[in-house]
Amino acid sequence: MRLKDISINNLRRRKGKVFFLILGLTMGITTVVTLISITRMMNEDISKKLDEFGANILIIPRSDDLSLSYGGMNIGGVAMDAQTLKDSDVPKIRQIEVRENISTVSPKLIGVVEIEGKKVPLMGVQFSEELRLKKWWKIHGAPPKNPAEVLLGNEVAVWLFKSTGDSLPINGKSVRISGVLDETGSQDDFVIFGDLALIQEAMKKQGVLSLIEVSAFCNTCPIEEIVRQISKQLPQAKVTAIKQTLQTKMEALDHFKKFSVGISVIVLLIGSLIVFTNMMASVNERKREIGIFRAIGFRKSHIVRIIFLEALIVGLMAGIVGYVFGLGVSHVIVPMITGVKGGALHIDPLLAIGAIFLASLIGILSSAYPAIHASKMDPTTALRAL
Amino acid sequence: MSLIEIKKLTKSYESGDECVTALMEVDLEIEKGEFISVMGPSGSGKSTLLTILGGLNHPTRGDVVVDDIPIYKLPLEKLADFRREYLGFIFQSFQLISYLTVVENVMLPLSITDISSREQAKMAEEILDRIGLRGKARRLPDQLSGGEQERVAIARALVNSPPILMADEPTGNLDSKTGKEIMELFKTLNEEGQTIVMVTHNPENIEFSTRTILLKDGRVDGNGA
Repeated sequence: MRLKDISINNLRRRKGKVFFLILGLTMGITTVVTLISITRMMNEDISKKLDEFGANILIIPRSDDLSLSYGGMNIGGVAMDAQTLKDSDVPKIRQIEVRENISTVSPKLIGVVEIEGKKVPLMGVQFSEELRLKKWWKIHGAPPKNPAEVLLGNEVAVWLFKSTGDSLPINGKSVRISGVLDETGSQDDFVIFGDLALIQEAMKKQGVLSLIEVSAFCNTCPIEEIVRQISKQLPQAKVTAIKQTLQTKMEALDHFKKFSVGISVIVLLIGSLIVFTNMMASVNERKREIGIFRAIGFRKSHIVRIIFLEALIVGLMAGIVGYVFGLGVSHVIVPMITGVKGGALHIDPLLAIGAIFLASLIGILSSAYPAIHASKMDPTTALRAL
Repeated sequence: MSLIEIKKLTKSYESGDECVTALMEVDLEIEKGEFISVMGPSGSGKSTLLTILGGLNHPTRGDVVVDDIPIYKLPLEKLADFRREYLGFIFQSFQLISYLTVVENVMLPLSITDISSREQAKMAEEILDRIGLRGKARRLPDQLSGGEQERVAIARALVNSPPILMADEPTGNLDSKTGKEIMELFKTLNEEGQTIVMVTHNPENIEFSTRTILLKDGRVDGNGA
């Protein structure tokens, strides 16, 4: 027999009280796990919504020349042929420290082309990146599948009187219109989108870029930090963060996080108090028993170990049950808050270990005073019969 | 050299504004292999003497030396170790742990030693066999009769072979027939060399002991044979 057998047998004897003890602590852990899960899901939700908003970082050549704008965004001295951005700059963006937060990098070359006597804005893009960035685009026809195909903005198509399947001459090279964009209400309505390499060749600007649009999101660091790191990689460029309504969402999330911490602390304090009062009552009920232990040679540390072992067992059980309950509750509540169906249960081992560790720690800390109190009991007072 | 030596032992308690002296200048020597009965009227100090001998109650003045160890000069944790190594307690009303089985109760003093669980079980079963309780090892204390519970308490006190057995009113809660059986068990143990110090009210128990110490008003009144 070992001390743990005494602890386990005592817990078995007091099944009812132990049930309420575990329940009290479980409620605290369930609350914490639920709030952490909700905060995390809201974070992920905002991250997803960011993709729908498009780019939030704009990289343009650093220029003292006359500025032009694209979609309300300043694109520097494009018209003055500033040539400080190159194809080779694109991989550098993906080399920053917080690169895992970069979702899309879309390089662009902007120019003007004359078609059938009409001057039309032309934009070279990498369609794979551009289509990820502009999820709201609706295309009549299909996205370009090869460099010999282009996409037309709605207004341009009307103005040139062209539609899907027609051909266009771009600087002497004939290209096919694979699709026409639905009206977007933005600058995109007035532009012809072509393959970046094709446009660079047509405009005799091989390897040159006018701007790079980046979509990035950082849960743990502000967007300014991503901007700072890109600026460091591209010293010749001007990197600007575009403030969006997302910032309001982030602030709301921040408030929710603070609220969650407050609620968690209160609930855990109540849990601790339940453990403390229950353990204290248990110690007082066991005066006689502790007196016997001391009389037959148990050291004070042995008594403390018996009480701590009980607290640890209770904490472990509350941690496991609390995590499972928290997982279930958040699975039900999260879709209500974010409006997104929860799908499969997502088990996070780190959160599970954290919950079990937290419950055990609270169990032991709340039992510290009762354990010391028990160890200091005078065996003769405890054993009045002697 | 005596196994237990008590020199000028005095114990006083504060009781409200009064100072009550439970033991006054007690001198006593107990040899190895003796079976001592401590008798006296209520309030004579016999229970106080047993708790002091048992290392549970610090005296106000005087020394208690067991096997050359001045036990009250030991630090508290060492005093606990002394109790484990030197003493086997048999408490009044048995004082078994209700949620532990008979064999677990017997193994209790071994649970804080380095002895393996297998060896502990072997030792407990041997002692239970000796006191006639082998078949009831897996029962809980409340499933046993008073006499059986007393035997479990004796087994627990003897399991780690302590040099001294201390018993407080061992027959106080038993009928006379069972009480006599227990006293005969004590006598057998003493004949095998076990030193026993027993506090008792019952004059019939004296005949089993080798010496009787009579306490009156906190002083030793006589040393009977």
